[in-house]
Amino acid sequence: MADQKTIKMIIQRQDEPNAQPYEEEFEIPYRKNMNVISALMEIRRNPVNAKGEKTTPVYWDMGCLEEVCGACSMVINGKAQQSCTALIDQLEQPVRLEPMKTFPVMRDLAVDRSRMFDSLKQVKAWVPIDGTYDLGEGPRMAESKRQWAYELSKCMTCGVCLEACPNVNSKSDFIGPAPLSQVRLFNAHPTGAYHKAERMDALLDDGGLQDCGNSQNCVQACPKGIPLTTSIAALNREATVHSFKSFFGSDYHN
Amino acid sequence: MAENREFFNRRLHSLLGVVPIGLFLMQHLVVNHFATYSPEAFNQAAHFMEGLPLRIFLEFAVIYIPLLFHAIYGVYIAFTAKNNVSRYGFFRNWMFLLQRITGIITLIFIVWHVWETRLAYAIYGTEVNFDMMATILSSPFMFWFYVIGVISAIFHFANGLWSFFVTWGITVTPRSQKVLTYATLGVFIIFTYMGMATLIAFAY
Repeated sequence: MADQKTIKMIIQRQDEPNAQPYEEEFEIPYRKNMNVISALMEIRRNPVNAKGEKTTPVYWDMGCLEEVCGACSMVINGKAQQSCTALIDQLEQPVRLEPMKTFPVMRDLAVDRSRMFDSLKQVKAWVPIDGTYDLGEGPRMAESKRQWAYELSKCMTCGVCLEACPNVNSKSDFIGPAPLSQVRLFNAHPTGAYHKAERMDALLDDGGLQDCGNSQNCVQACPKGIPLTTSIAALNREATVHSFKSFFGSDYHN
Repeated sequence: MAENREFFNRRLHSLLGVVPIGLFLMQHLVVNHFATYSPEAFNQAAHFMEGLPLRIFLEFAVIYIPLLFHAIYGVYIAFTAKNNVSRYGFFRNWMFLLQRITGIITLIFIVWHVWETRLAYAIYGTEVNFDMMATILSSPFMFWFYVIGVISAIFHFANGLWSFFVTWGITVTPRSQKVLTYATLGVFIIFTYMGMATLIAFAY
């Protein structure tokens, strides 16, 4: 058993939201085709660190296990990504795991991404269809447009773009790239477009679109390949038109 | 405009960087470039600029007020960023960092430059001409201080021109943004060449 292959992991741990973070090393038995989550499950099964001391199991968040929900995002070897699609065989060892510290750390690798959901509410990232009567079918959407919009709709609010953005931090109110791109998605929807002006006003509120500094890390970091910087530039154009319309234009515009 | 004040400030900051500050920078580098022809050519060009009508008004409207706003708000923007090029070493992220570093260097340089060549004139009546610049730049320290300051200012302008086009939604597609990267690189090279030639003409 002495020559059994192992995986070395260095995990940044934190016992509670206000506790001091610390590092703990683990050495776990290697299996074929492991991802970071199955490695973490191995630690949970046998919570013993590399020194052979018994410790608390490492805590992390997960959901779908197929890179659709965004819950298991963490910083793996310095790069924010989903731990479900981070394969051990493709990672340099020791594998370093840290929480995405752009968000409040709840425990170990689990963070609270509430701010992103608050931002989606702020920018009205939905299509309002509720009324006092049946609103009927909405207008049709061209297939080419639907395919394009589908790419934007792949956003899973995972927070990787916020973690990568130098302008999203405790010194700034910037809501980050993800909710910006959602404004573009819902403004493009034929029924969603009814509320375009409202969304633009919310988008240009403090901490909104204007806080983007064009470092363009988001588009590189996005696991879903969403054209975030194209969305931002397109919204910039929309914002230019919108602000001219509201200042020089009519008392009603959409 | 009471609402969305931050949006207004950021857009104003972006606009002022190009109009009038960027235009002034280009004009300034072009006029100074006359120094490479002869001291007389430079003095003549400088005197033409000094003789423009409403000079004080022009200086305040085109240079001092826009520059003060751009500088102060820019320092605020620079210090609200948390740079991460060690983790995300992409080209644009480096440009983002360099834009902030060159902004701070340019601010320090301009404060000194305005004091030395404009306030000293206003307070002590020092004459501003080729000889004055030649004296300043004869010191190797000042020469390199000017080299770094001028390159920083031109970089900040050229790269700022790139983000101006994105901020106002002129270049939206990745391809147009890439083409603009090369175009602004050209702006950087041409004006850096002019600036360096001018400094060398003064110093040697």
